[in-house]
Amino acid sequence: MFYRETGQFKTNYADDMAVFPILQDRLGIALILAVAFVLIPLTGSNFLLSSVMIPFLVFSLASIGLNILTGYTGLISLGTGAFMGVGAYACYKLTTLFPEVNIVVWIVASGFFSSLVGVLFGLPSLRIKGFYLAVATLAAQFFLQWCFTRIPWLYNYNTSGAIEVGQRTLFGIDVTGPKASLEARYMVLLTLVTVLTWVASNLMHGRIGRSFMAVRDMDIAAELMGIDLLKTKLLAFAVSSFYAGVAGAAMMFLWYGGGEANDAFNINQSFLILFMVIIGGLGSMIGSFFGAAFISMLPTMLKFGLPALGIPLAGATAEHLTYILVGALIIFFLIVEPHGLARLWQIGKQKLRMWPFPY
Amino acid sequence: MDILFKVLIDPFLQMGAMPDLFVQTIWDGFVTGVLYALIALGFVLIFKASGVFNFAQGIMVVFAGLTLVGLYEMGLPAPLAVLVTLGVMFVLAVAIERVVLRPLVNQPDIILFMATFGITYFLIGLGELIFGGNPKQMITDQLFLPRGAIEVKMLGGFVQFQKIDIAAAVIAVVMIVALAVFFQKTRIGRALRAVADSHKAALSVGISLNQIWVIVWFTAGIVALVTGIMWGARSDVSFGLQVIALKALPVLILGGFTSVPGAIVGGLIIGIGEKLGEFYWGPLVGGGIESWLAYCIALGFLLFRPQGLFGDKIIERI
Repeated sequence: MFYRETGQFKTNYADDMAVFPILQDRLGIALILAVAFVLIPLTGSNFLLSSVMIPFLVFSLASIGLNILTGYTGLISLGTGAFMGVGAYACYKLTTLFPEVNIVVWIVASGFFSSLVGVLFGLPSLRIKGFYLAVATLAAQFFLQWCFTRIPWLYNYNTSGAIEVGQRTLFGIDVTGPKASLEARYMVLLTLVTVLTWVASNLMHGRIGRSFMAVRDMDIAAELMGIDLLKTKLLAFAVSSFYAGVAGAAMMFLWYGGGEANDAFNINQSFLILFMVIIGGLGSMIGSFFGAAFISMLPTMLKFGLPALGIPLAGATAEHLTYILVGALIIFFLIVEPHGLARLWQIGKQKLRMWPFPY
Repeated sequence: MDILFKVLIDPFLQMGAMPDLFVQTIWDGFVTGVLYALIALGFVLIFKASGVFNFAQGIMVVFAGLTLVGLYEMGLPAPLAVLVTLGVMFVLAVAIERVVLRPLVNQPDIILFMATFGITYFLIGLGELIFGGNPKQMITDQLFLPRGAIEVKMLGGFVQFQKIDIAAAVIAVVMIVALAVFFQKTRIGRALRAVADSHKAALSVGISLNQIWVIVWFTAGIVALVTGIMWGARSDVSFGLQVIALKALPVLILGGFTSVPGAIVGGLIIGIGEKLGEFYWGPLVGGGIESWLAYCIALGFLLFRPQGLFGDKIIERI
């Protein structure tokens, strides 16, 4: 009734090709941004910020990255965790070498280092396809993880072998380190995610995104149409690892506040992000957010939700049940909607357009 | 120059200086390779018949081993426990076919791949819930598996052969031969090969795909049980083993997803290559290279043969 594009006439091409062609969509986005930027930091509890919103934002950045590679370009990667690690270590090295430069600059810049590494490990994608490539990217995962623990230069010869996050400020407010408030960290992260999502969305709607999708649909045909496979595939790896790298740096500096790489950037992390992309919807920006929200909040929901429903759980049993439930839910969602939550969202919107009339 | 010497010449001098140690390393690599090959074998069976990239094969190995030991601890005699475990694997195969494969038929490969992830998580949770998360001792004696080692004097030193390793190699060979006979000589085996060739053609001559999938997953379950017993006897039975299952993946890309001989040859190349690399070249970079060396070996091969050593030739058409 209220979600309908009737009467919204498009009088030029730019309007017609807009990312959000319907007024209600634009209002919705504005509302979401307003809530995220104003309402949540002002009224949200520490729990909401630290265990729901910040993980969600970090993971959505990472899954946008992987979605560009897997969803838009059709190259499966199981090395996302390691690329995130590259970002985190690059950021750590940069900020210890040049402490006077703003940390936010370094978080973004570390993405470029991750890009470089990503391009390097993306080279086999020219010869290898499908699951062979997926397994080949595992080489990146294990090799980089090995580097993180065996090359002391990366963690500045710490005795702990972990990343230590120092005190850094932005406009005079602490944003990293132990004294930084949750709100400050959240705001920095949210700004990063918003800007980078905007960039990614525009990239994917433009020439680059189209060439990615052509390669995904059939790379030989794309090549015949004049798309340079070498450049396109490597660019996809570069963009994807850039996002992963920024996500990794943000994870270490704005969420964890330091820690060891082998816990944070291991193979399970890579799989988890692949889950997010697939559950959310391959080749869909909003799907990345849905997937990240679903997977990152699921353990928390189960941990606090089940006891609230009157199912008492001991520590170990709860963990096992969580595994069983996560597994079952993954299968359930794949069966119900193999195209992911993004497709459900589309169906919902379509229903809403028709409502309350059936046709 | 020094570094070149250390990389290119010194390891070979070491091999020549102590040939007994070299043989020992090769043997260790061989046994590891056999076990990698077994995991890869279960995987290839499923991929050939249903086109599913079964990530859960590694966890099936652990789950089968854990069920066996868990049942024994509950008081079942060992032979009966083996039978019941086989029953459990059969039920698992039926359940997977019913609940996961059938509703997802005709979906893109990556969706099925993800579904096997779901199975992995589910089995981890279920296994730990029923049998507890602590590592368990494999019941080697009760299964009449030998213990101890044979020391053979050769090449100016002693080479140690663990009896369990010899048994593992023998059992692996027996199982591979049995599978080959099953595939080549029996009615079901022929149907399996037909399905592997073409789903549609197999359907059209009256082969039930659902039935074949159950059989294939059950066969993979049997392979998983044997692998689980062998791995378990070498270390212990715990979910830590699933990391080793990841090692079977380079074996697969090396041998090709669709080739049984490829899985075996690939397993041996990776197993031996990994042990030699770790032992002779590992110290140069601080050790621990076992975790990624296998992938790099496989990647090197892949750059020349993108479909693996024995995989079907990839033909692309517009």
